[in-house]
Formats: sequence, C-alpha cells, structure tokens
Amino acid sequence: MHDVLTPPAGMTSTLEDGLLEISMGPQHPSTHGVFRMNVVLDGETVVKLKPVFGYLHRNHEKIGEGTSYLGSMPYTDRLDYFCSMTNNWAYALAVEKLAGIEVPERAEYLRVILAELTRLQNHASLIGFFLSDMGAWGTPLMYAFREREKILDLFESLSGARMMCNFMRFGGCRCDASPEWLARTKQIVERFPAFLDELDALVVSNEILLARTQDIGKISAELAVSAGLTGPILRASGVSYDLRKVDGYGIYPRFTFRVPLGDHGDCYDRMMMRVLELRETVSILQQALAQIPVGPVMNPKVKVRSFRPPAGEAYVRIEAPKGELGFYLISDGSANPYRYRVRPPSFINLTLLEDMCLGHTVADVMVILGSIDIVLGEVDR
Amino acid sequence: METSEGIKARIESAVPGAKVSVVENPGPAKQHSLAIDNAHAVAVAKFLRNDSALRLDFCSNVTGVDWPERVVNTKVKVKKTVEGAEQEVEETREETVPGFLEAVYHLYSMALKHGPIVIRTRTADRGDGAVLPSLTPVWRSAEFQEREIFDLYGVRFDGHPDLRRILMWDEFEDFPMRKDYAPPDDYEYEPTAHGEVLEKAKIHFSNRPQADGCESITQTAD
Repeated sequence: MHDVLTPPAGMTSTLEDGLLEISMGPQHPSTHGVFRMNVVLDGETVVKLKPVFGYLHRNHEKIGEGTSYLGSMPYTDRLDYFCSMTNNWAYALAVEKLAGIEVPERAEYLRVILAELTRLQNHASLIGFFLSDMGAWGTPLMYAFREREKILDLFESLSGARMMCNFMRFGGCRCDASPEWLARTKQIVERFPAFLDELDALVVSNEILLARTQDIGKISAELAVSAGLTGPILRASGVSYDLRKVDGYGIYPRFTFRVPLGDHGDCYDRMMMRVLELRETVSILQQALAQIPVGPVMNPKVKVRSFRPPAGEAYVRIEAPKGELGFYLISDGSANPYRYRVRPPSFINLTLLEDMCLGHTVADVMVILGSIDIVLGEVDR
Repeated sequence: METSEGIKARIESAVPGAKVSVVENPGPAKQHSLAIDNAHAVAVAKFLRNDSALRLDFCSNVTGVDWPERVVNTKVKVKKTVEGAEQEVEETREETVPGFLEAVYHLYSMALKHGPIVIRTRTADRGDGAVLPSLTPVWRSAEFQEREIFDLYGVRFDGHPDLRRILMWDEFEDFPMRKDYAPPDDYEYEPTAHGEVLEKAKIHFSNRPQADGCESITQTAD
C-alpha cells in the first residue's frame, strides 16, 4: 500500500503552448444532465480535466433540516430520479435505525422486490444510454426503455407515480400489493431474460463496442478503494464489495445470488458488471416473489403524525443501483432532523473522473462518463 | 469489531500525544464515535487505515455539522442562608457552550468487511479558527466531500490539494448550511453580468449588414 494517493494539481486558467482548453457541458447531450467538464487538450488527448458541479444544486440537505422526517421522504425521490424506490428505502432504513423501528415481514419482501425492479430498469437504461454515448444513437436506448416502461407501469399501478414513487414509510410501506400486481410482476420478471439474451446477442460482443471500451479508463483496485468508488464500478476493478452481502440489510441474507467481478477496471468491465448483475437480480426477484408471505405491510406502533425519534444519530447505507447510497441523520429529539446528510454514490464516483480520462482522447471522455452512471439530481443535490 | 474504548486505547499507544475521546451516541443505533484532536488527526487516520486489525481503507462518508453557541441550563442544589436558617435551594445555572464546526468521517474496511468506525474532528470556533486538517491524503474519497464542507460550512481544510467551492459558484460569499445563515433578499441575483454582456453584443453586431431584409437584432438606446 503506498502512502499518499494525491489527486492531480488544480486547474489553471493559463494555457501552455499548443494546449486547448474547452468546456464540455453543461448543455452537452452526453453529460446526462447539467454537468460541465473543463478539459485541457493536447491535440485530441486529455491532459487535464476538472468537473464543475452545482448547476442543479438546491441544498437538499438544508431543506431536509427544515422539514419533518416524513416530509423529506417524497423529496428523496428527486435525488436519483431513476431510482426513487431505493432512495426511499435508504432513507426509511436510516430513520428506522435512528428510532429503533421494526419492519413487518411482507414489507421487507416488498422492499426487496421494488429495489430489485429498480435495479433492473436502472441498469437496462444505463446500457442504452451508454451505447447512445458511443454513437449507437437511439435504437439500443429504445430497446432498454421498452423494458423500463413495463417496470414503470408496475410502479405506477402500485404507488400512483411512475418515477416519483414516495412509497416507503418508516416501519413499512405505504400500501399493500395486490395478488394481481404480484402475478403481473412475476410475468414481467419471467420474460426479462429474453431481453438479456437479446442484449448478449446484439451488444456484448459487438466489435465496435469492444474497440471503444476495452482498456479505456482503467482504474486499479487500490485506487478505487481509496477513492471510495462503490457499486458496479468498484466491482469492475475486482473488489468484491456488495452491501447486500456485506451488511445484509433488509432480508438479503435469505437469497442466494452471486456478485459479478471484473478484472480490468475498464469501461467494458464496468458495462459488463451491469449486464451480469441483471441476471442475478432476476434470480433474486424470482426467489422473493416465490417466498413473499401474507401479512401487514406497516408496523402499527409507528406514529405517523408528530413523529419524534429519540436524540442520537444513525448512518445507514444500501447498495443502490449506482453504488453505495447512505443517509446520516442526527436527531436532537425534535420533529425535524438536526442534520440530514445524503451520501450520494454518483457524486463520489466522480472523484476519479480525471484519473480515468487522462491520456485518452476527448471522444473517450463521453464513454468513460457514461460508464460511471451519474444522475445530476443526486450529484448536485 | 473492537469496542470504541479498545480502539481509543490502541490509538493512544500507537500515536504518542494523540488525544481521543469517545462520544456516546444515546440513540438506538449505538454508533459511538471517536473525537480526535486536530494536531494528530492525520497520524491517527493513517494508523486506522494501516493497522492490521482495523484496515479502515474505505472512507464512506464525510459530513459537516454546525454546532452554534448555545446556553445550557443546569439545575444545581446550593446551600443558602434564607431568613437566618441554612436551606438547600435549587438554582438554575446558565452555562454557555461555545460554538464549533465538526467534520464526521464514517470509515469502513473493504478488506476485512467491517465498520463503521466514526471519527470526528472539531474546529476551535466558528470564525477565524474554522480550520481542520484534511484527511484527503489518507482517503482520496474525502476530496470532494471536504470541498463540499468548505463550500457549505466554511471549514478550511489544511493540506487539501484543491480547496475550492464545489456546489455554489466561486463568487458566493456566505456558507448556506450554517444554522445562522440568512438567505439574501435579492433572489433574482445571477452571477452572470448581463449588462456588460449586452454592451459587448451591441459593439459586435453594430456593422451587421441588413441586406437580407431582417431587422437589427440589437436593441438601441433610442
């Protein structure tokens, strides 16, 4: 282990001989939102790259301090707006840990099912966006959105909203799933591997994809751990760290699934982590749908109105589709949190963006950024 | 996992002079934390990362917390002479606790798969003394998160390689996450200098040929 992993020196505004400084974004179609990179190029090669954040900043954490515990729940939907169910779950888990609340069995199963459905649609659309970034414009994304649409329909029929679900509550879920809903979910999950086979046949061994992604943006395991990379992009570097296995939150220890690992830490491995994880997610969903018991979905002892957890603090993290999503809450015993902190996975995964891009061409920057999988609602908060 | 007291004792024997105190968490989560003095914070952090039993190689989360100056009322029983006889009287004493800013680090071990160990560093005050040692040289993941605390709380991190505002724009002056922050009245304020830009645009477009019949896109004063 070497001692200091220092980041590259700060951006300077002066240009040395022959270098070109360009500003990519915030209105660039491949930045997945309002994200900007100050890039210094030598010819076509990146010699410096500084990300610029904050175009979507609304001080989510300050607003969280100004509202009640329950009042922040719908607002967590807007963090990573692709994965509102996992955001809800992480926040609900943090408050449950802060106040010591138990969750009924059926609600735990429902949470796992919804979180894994979220992972399915997030990874599927990520692969679509990733191919869009490489120039396979539109078609793969439409294939992915076809699958995503089925899952969003499920979310809509359960929670009333496609993306801003606001479904979890402290001590359970807002409402129960009907047997018809579960049967429909089962049907969609059973048919999902057909999409994965299609993906394998059309995309995974495509020659252009291999040429554009292999050996691009390599990150060593040691640097990935030090920089706090989490989720599929950490596992692409060969570090086996999946919070569903490590922390075993919820009821994940009851399911058997494998954690895919990469060996190169390049863009291709990062994409393949998602492809392989999709198969494991389908297997978790099949197990959960087969095992789900009947019963209540809400702990009746939890006070919904005037909810006041005891003074103290709690930090809880879950394996969100984009990485480790954490919530840190400090309670002073009042109705509002004293401190409400979100540990956003895509913000911290961007720490190594410059290290990944140095030495590659400007066209590779878009591929590398696409392989990290960011959502600006979460990066800027 | 070791207890907080055990880790505290091992830190104090491994890093001479380090002052560590256990901060109890009264809530059901029972995640106790270790407050570390600023002078030895980097050495302690390196010990926590390199120690073979702990191996805390992963800094998951860095949080800034603002604790403004507050008055604590404590009831104390005092012996007093009331109307000639000595009596025990309850008195309320006001004690002022000085304010400070805090950085909280949640550390895990990816190698040994345990955690969290929570460490806290505290500034001397909320004004000029709002300086903390940066732990970015130990855990690179603190880089953006310490920048965020600098941006939103105004804590300067000594030894941080690139300490700039990250979420607010560079010209912004206040620290929005502090408890006593008052938002400005001029919500319409934008950092872009619109007047200057329009003046420049006028010069740029003054000689624009009108042969194609379109109107001048530049507004003139008259």
